[in-house]
Parts: sequence; C-alpha cells; structure tokens
Amino acid sequence: MLDRETVDHVAQLARLQLTDAESEKMAIELSQILDHIEAIRSLDLEGVEPTSHVVDVVNALRADVPQPSLPREVALAAAPDPADSGFGVPSPGASAE
Amino acid sequence: MSAEILELTAAQAAAAVRAGELDPAELYETYRTRAAGNQLNAFTWVAESAPEFDSSAPLAGVPLGVKDLFCTEGVPSQSGSKILEGYRPPYTATVVQKLYDAGATLLGKTNQDEFAMGSSNENSAFGPVLNPWNTARVPGGSSGGSAAAVAAGLVPWALGTDTGGSIRQPAAFSGIVGLKPTYGSCSRYGMIAFASSLDQAGPLTRDVTDSALLLRHMVGQDANDSTSLAHPDEIQLPSRRDLSGIRLGVPEELLGAEGGIDAGVRESFDRALETARSLGATVDTCSLPHAAYALSAYYIIAPAEASSNLARFDGVRYGLRVDGDGDLTSMYSRTREAGFGPEVKRRIMLGTYALSSGYYDAYYGTALRVRTLIANDFKTAFGDFDFIVTPTAPGVAFELGAKTADPLAMYLNDFCTVPMSLAGIPGISIPSGLSDGLPVGLQLAAPSFAENRLLEAAYALEQAIGFDGSPARNGGAA
Repeated sequence: MLDRETVDHVAQLARLQLTDAESEKMAIELSQILDHIEAIRSLDLEGVEPTSHVVDVVNALRADVPQPSLPREVALAAAPDPADSGFGVPSPGASAE
Repeated sequence: MSAEILELTAAQAAAAVRAGELDPAELYETYRTRAAGNQLNAFTWVAESAPEFDSSAPLAGVPLGVKDLFCTEGVPSQSGSKILEGYRPPYTATVVQKLYDAGATLLGKTNQDEFAMGSSNENSAFGPVLNPWNTARVPGGSSGGSAAAVAAGLVPWALGTDTGGSIRQPAAFSGIVGLKPTYGSCSRYGMIAFASSLDQAGPLTRDVTDSALLLRHMVGQDANDSTSLAHPDEIQLPSRRDLSGIRLGVPEELLGAEGGIDAGVRESFDRALETARSLGATVDTCSLPHAAYALSAYYIIAPAEASSNLARFDGVRYGLRVDGDGDLTSMYSRTREAGFGPEVKRRIMLGTYALSSGYYDAYYGTALRVRTLIANDFKTAFGDFDFIVTPTAPGVAFELGAKTADPLAMYLNDFCTVPMSLAGIPGISIPSGLSDGLPVGLQLAAPSFAENRLLEAAYALEQAIGFDGSPARNGGAA
C-alpha cells in the first residue's frame, strides 16, 4: 500500500502538482496496480539477463558534418513564450519552494 | 457513384485510379464529406480541401486517416492531449512522408486515447469515439478513431500505433484488420512517443490485402530513428488460399482463467481454428510459460518509459503553459497538472515510482528480466509452430463508461496482445465473426520480420471466414 507521503514525493519527482483529491485516489489506484504487478517478483530470475530493447542494434552515429536544421523562427513558432530568439522561462532562481 | 466508391477497398480504389476508371478528386471528396460529417467523433481534424493527386503513384491519391500522434507538418498533431491542443508541428513523421511519397493523401487526423494510453478511446481530451457497430460501445483503443473511421467507411484505411495492443484490439472491436509490424520495421521518427522500446506504427484496414499494401510503403530503415531496421523482404500482396503444412499453436497460458476470455469470443475463436483445420493447418496447444506475466511486466516497462518520454511536456517549447508562482518548477508542475488527463498522470506516477531510488531493481529491473523470458518463450514455441493464435481481446466492445472506474480491468484488455509487444514480434488481428452482434478478433503472431508469411496465413483465413465488415449490413449504427 502506497501512503500519501510516497505519492506526494513521486508527484514532486514527476513535476505534477496533484490536488489533494487526486493524491488520495492515486494512492489507492497505484496500490491496486502494484499489488497485481507484484506477481512477477515470485519468478526465479537468477541468471536471467535484462532486455531493455528487443532490437539488436548498436548506437548509430552519423558523420560529424554540419547539416541544416530547423530555422530558428520555425522552431520557436509553437513556443508559449518565444523571448530574445529563445525559449522564455521564469527564473529558476525565483523559487517559491 | 458514391456508394460504389465506398465499396472499394483501398487497393481496389488505387487500382481504379491508376487505370483511369476513377477520378481521385471524386474519391477524395466522397470520403472527405463523410469524415467531416461523422457522428462518431473519429476525427480530431479533417482536411478542408483536396490536395494534389498523383494518379500514377502506387497509392494513386487514395485518402488516408492518420492517428493524431503522428506529426504532420502544419496540421494539428495533439496525441489526444490538452497539453498539445492546437499544436502544429514543423515536420512530418517518416512513415507518413513515405506514404505521401507513394501517393497517399491525408484525409484527416484520427482521435485516440491521450498519448496512446488506453484501450477504449475514452481517455482522449477531445472526447470518446463511438463504435460504428453500436454507438453505446467503445471502439477500443488507443487507435480507436482510426478503427472506427475505417469500420464506418469514413476513410478507406488508416495509420495507427501499437504499444501493447493499440492497433490489434481496436481492430478487433471494430471488425477490421489491424497489423502491428515487427518492432523496428517502421520508423518511429515523428511519432509522439509513449514507450519507445514498444511503440510501432501499423495499418488499420478493411482487409488483409490493404494491410499488406499500406505496410509495403511504410517499412524501411530511417537515419532519424536509430532503432529502425531494413526489412529483409519487400512486403507482398497475399494470395494463398490454404494453410496446408501450417502449424498453429494455441498458448494455454493466455486462454486460461486469468485471461478471462468471454464464452462468445471463445466460440468464435474455436470456429476459426476449425476453419484453419479445414484449410489444412494443424492446431495444437503450445506453451508460453511466462506469457501470463507479460501484463505485469508491461505495466512497469511502458509507464517507466512514458514517465521519461513525457518529461518533454513542460510548457517551454510547445503546447500548453500555465503560470506558476513566478518560478520555473511551479510553472512545470502547474502546466503538467492542467495539461494531462487522469490516465496519463496515473502512468507517469507509476513509471516514476518504478524508476525511483530504492525501487528500480525491484520493479524495472525485474520487468526487464521477465521480458527476456517472454521473448525466449516465443523463440522456443516458434521452433514447433509457424504461428501463435489467440483471441485478440478477451471480450467484445464494451459499453462506454463500463471500465473507466477500474484501471486494472481496463488493462486486462491487453492480456493477449502485450506478450507479442514485449517480444517485438508482429501480430495481426482479423475478424473471426460476431458475438451478440459485435465483432470478435482473431490474433496471429509470427517471428520477427515474418510479415509476408503472416499476411499469407491471415489472408487464407480471411477468405475462408468471409466476414462481412459492414456495420450497416449487420444491424449496426453506421
């Protein structure tokens, strides 16, 4: 069973400002899902290698030559706050935490 | 002419245009009018005018529905999410571009569960999609808009994506064909990511031949996706009418109690196996000893990858921004709180938890090892069998709202499709018949890159089953 404290910690890690009602519900629902998932921990996995990817490929690196990329104004077209030819954000230093 | 046009499969329409017997503009406008006026909420955007047609190209201007999560330059691409509402990307996904290059035209973007997370299409920020067989029912998900649009004849064919069953399950619920190709065979470039080690694009079509034709023009290695691979074969249009010498394996672990297969689905499945035998196939029970654990592994791996992929939605480069308390962190948190729906938040939380310090090995590490066992189970089974067959989903399309309060019950829809996703192998769902007036899907799975063999077997079964995919002719709504 996940407690509220854990849920709030995970929400903070995930940068989700959940409401109280959401956190309460999340604790119950995630606990149910985790209870179901627990079944896999009963398997004997001694010596079994993990599979993070099914495709047997190595890192594909292209030649280090300059190529055209998106023009600045196109890249910024969907930005909520295109400022000074970049992505405008609130100051990381002005933390309310 | 309009009624006759609607009877044509995409392959037939392309052939008619290429032969000069059908005007591509008339074809396009017939579907555009239907799509724009649809009552199923299957589309999130429909083109307002016709594009240019290349009648001599392989796909000859035949219109295509594209799942919302594919980036299409200048056209809304929102992945069913409020956080991307109105977003028009500056580039086009590779598979969509390849289909344009082959002569396909974009008719509209299809509705989907938010970020492809869901099995009912009820998680879309743009409202649920209705099933054309019965509008009180869901079309399945997450590619529910694509499935409903194809089933209702709003578009000849459509693109979807499948992470744990999101092409195959809605195809089953909507009485059409859905193919999840081998992982890596189609580029993921320009697909708004859910779980990168599982996501794969694929066709949703009226029949197996259309799936083969669409897939032919989708596959290929792409410099923009380092996990894409060159398909060893050119995809062929199927023609086989028998299954002589074909060995079908029915995995006991997926048809047991935990899968909760409905009686009506089981009956339709058993009839399909009988049909396969009559075509010359042998049918035997096989074992995938760890397949019943696939769902648990999937619901760790997919949310873990999602929690990382969805970190990019933070109110900085595109999409929604909600101001915080003047600082960066509260802007992130408020934006994500306002922009994501409940299921997406649930999976981000689950994935973040599974990856967090102290739990990583217990959950994520364990799930990756189980994934190895599942992939090995399939390798072993394919030593004795050509294809693994199961019902695609444990039930038929359920009523809207029936499972929204119980996330686990919703997840169990993927019980028979998730194992193939974890193993990266191709799977196809074809209609096997009706149960209580609603379509039932039959899933066939094959070894990696055996799409041509898979399509041949699915075609032979499709011809023998002779399913009528028209909801209207079967008492449905559309």
